[in-house]
Amino acid sequence: MNTTNEMHLRFLSKSTNEGFARSVVAAFVLELDPTISELADIKTAVSEAVTNSIVHGYRRGSGTVYIDMKITDSRKVIIKVRDKGAGIEDVEQAMKPLFTTAREEERAGLGFAVMQSFMDNVRVSSTPGKGTVVTLEKQIVQLK
Amino acid sequence: MLNTTYSDDVLTVYLNGEIDHNRAAGIRTSIDSQLNALRPKRLELDFSKVSFMDSSGIGLIMGRYRSIGLIGGELKVRNVPENLERIIELSGVRALGVLR
Ligand SMILES: Nc1ncnc2c1ncn2[C@@H]1O[C@H](COP(=O)(O)OP(=O)(O)OP(=O)(O)O)[C@@H](O)[C@H]1O
Ligand SMILES: [Mg+2]
Repeated sequence: MNTTNEMHLRFLSKSTNEGFARSVVAAFVLELDPTISELADIKTAVSEAVTNSIVHGYRRGSGTVYIDMKITDSRKVIIKVRDKGAGIEDVEQAMKPLFTTAREEERAGLGFAVMQSFMDNVRVSSTPGKGTVVTLEKQIVQLK
Repeated sequence: MLNTTYSDDVLTVYLNGEIDHNRAAGIRTSIDSQLNALRPKRLELDFSKVSFMDSSGIGLIMGRYRSIGLIGGELKVRNVPENLERIIELSGVRALGVLR
């Protein structure tokens, strides 16, 4: 499995950048001719991860959100969304549907559940005080 | 901003565009201030013009379910486009009995 294309993006943790980030990622996937539904899945998952970095990672102030993205010769899309923010104490608990540490802000606790349902694979690695990396993978189906 | 209609104790809010964290707070404030001013018996959220939604939209629905409940009214969520059905199903909103 070889990388055929890659892209790196960094932006300030402002909520206006959520739409920007998911649009850039979607535009980058276009070379694979994804279906509208594959594209929507990727946009939604990226929106969740980026929003989490902004809302939870950089809860105490602003910082930089990083996206590193690769496309492979087997039509796989690999997207890493990173922050150098608060980190997560207990990743397993954080990934449980409905778990949230921000209920009073009307967060549903569904971000990770959405990522898992819309992507083929989701990995989370986090260090409290250091930050979080969410890796999202999706195979784009070859249409004839 | 948001188109709304009010008649026969029903407040209908026509949501539009992309509902994410960036937009959710403004929509929430706008709807809640109208709920408090008009105290309708029913709030209808119309999703026909919504092109994108993530879990912030789910939080928005759940939150309005609560706000209308506080003033003794009920919530309806209508015209959910096909591309938003998966996130709606995954969210458990259906179990609230508000979809139609
Ligand atoms: N990048 C991050 N940095 C720090 N904490 C995080 C990060 N991402 C997620 N978390 C923690 O994991 C919890 C669950 O995240 P998830 O996205 O599933 O739900 P949520 O963001 O709370 O609600 P929703 O996504 O439905 O709006 C969060 O409440 C937060 O405590
Ligand atoms: Mg989230």
